[in-house]
Amino acid sequence: MTETSTQNQVGTGRVKRGLAEMLKGGVIMDVVTPEQARIAEDAGAVAVMALERVPADIRAQGGVARMSDPDLIEAIISEVSIPVMAKARIGHFVEAQLLEALDVDYVDESEVLSPADYVNHIDKWNFTVPFVCGATNLGEALRRINEGAAMIRSKGEAGTGDVSEATKHIRAITSEIRALTALSKDELYVAAKELQAPFALVEEIAETGKLPVVLFTAGGVATPADAAMMMQLGADGVFVGSGIFKSGNPAQRAAAIVKATTFYDDPSVITEASRGLGEAMVGINVGDLPAPHRLSERGW
Amino acid sequence: MREHAALLGELNVDVLSVRNERELSIIDGLVIPGGESSVIDKLSRLFGVAEPLSAAIRAGLPVLGTCAGLIMLARELSDGISGQRTFGGLDVTVQRNAFGSQTESFETDLDVPVLGSTPVHAVFIRAPIVTRAAADVTVLSQLDDRRIVAVEQGNVMGLSFHPEMSGERRFHERFLERVRTRLG
Repeated sequence: MTETSTQNQVGTGRVKRGLAEMLKGGVIMDVVTPEQARIAEDAGAVAVMALERVPADIRAQGGVARMSDPDLIEAIISEVSIPVMAKARIGHFVEAQLLEALDVDYVDESEVLSPADYVNHIDKWNFTVPFVCGATNLGEALRRINEGAAMIRSKGEAGTGDVSEATKHIRAITSEIRALTALSKDELYVAAKELQAPFALVEEIAETGKLPVVLFTAGGVATPADAAMMMQLGADGVFVGSGIFKSGNPAQRAAAIVKATTFYDDPSVITEASRGLGEAMVGINVGDLPAPHRLSERGW
Repeated sequence: MREHAALLGELNVDVLSVRNERELSIIDGLVIPGGESSVIDKLSRLFGVAEPLSAAIRAGLPVLGTCAGLIMLARELSDGISGQRTFGGLDVTVQRNAFGSQTESFETDLDVPVLGSTPVHAVFIRAPIVTRAAADVTVLSQLDDRRIVAVEQGNVMGLSFHPEMSGERRFHERFLERVRTRLG
């Protein structure tokens, strides 16, 4: 926009990425009812993800997982004052249109739901509402940013309570970023080819040493220590899905994970936060999951 | 927060993040960034920063609050969540999320006469507004529809928007003038 314009501009890259900036250092929690949303807000969540079933239940019950009922999303929006996110299926741009019409604050184009298009992701530039997308490595993150994602979350393996995939993905993204910064300009062309990512973004990251959008971690975080580890590995914040409301004492665990995320570099605070939380979600080892049930392999 | 820190760094200021009372005790001025005000309130009370910070503001600590920072400086909220408190510092009433959801977030150019004739390019993200300002609060800027989006009272400045996101430095310079004056 020009310096003299007084026209208000909505949906700009700065406005979309800016909201994610405001969530940095925080915890975003999956909720399936307005009551859970209230517990999450009271515990100090910076945002909630409204959905019909948490990933652990999607995994257990099977079937096609879709966007949530608009009534449920609206009920959650009216319950809390923090931002509300909601999931659309990969490639399902009409679900995204509905979520925008429902005035959600962020759309998650998510592998936790059943993909609606096995070739194309949503063209996210067409929307005023910002998008967050999952990624398992830097190339995938950059392809999503190229399509207009304003925030990235490493995928992990949702609904397991096993943090190992989250670790793998955040490490992959951050180490691939570090590797780019060590390359000379003439080596970046091949790097872009190998990452299957646009050269302009690759060049930008080689120069700045960071993604142009906020990077959260998701998928398998179940304890305060899990959350703090993701932060120490370079995440800007944490999504917690099944880990809270599939545990013995959700309100207390939610507050503990918030504390540990804020003071991620202070083991004494994390230790205190970890006391007396009751049972963590039971969990599934990712290694025991047969390949077709690995959600992180959805999206490309 | 990162963008505030980068901007202050360019202005040759040492920056640290304040999460506890010890860190609070060694600073000469404070920027309260955006974020979720309900979370800032909760964590600041939980970790014992809220009380000493309120006292420091009353004693004249220069503070610049942007977005959620403005909310935290307001004497009164018209729509806080149950039990939500603020640090105080500005005798104003603030309405949270005054423009609606994220799809209503916007950027625009604002006239801020105390900063000169060049407009401020302001980014409003789920932004609050000031719905009441006491007589001794100076209104620094209003939208075209007269809604108040920047105020100042003594050493405390509160903005609805994010100057740091567009590289606007003049508010930070004004804040640093207050810091230097107070240090003498």
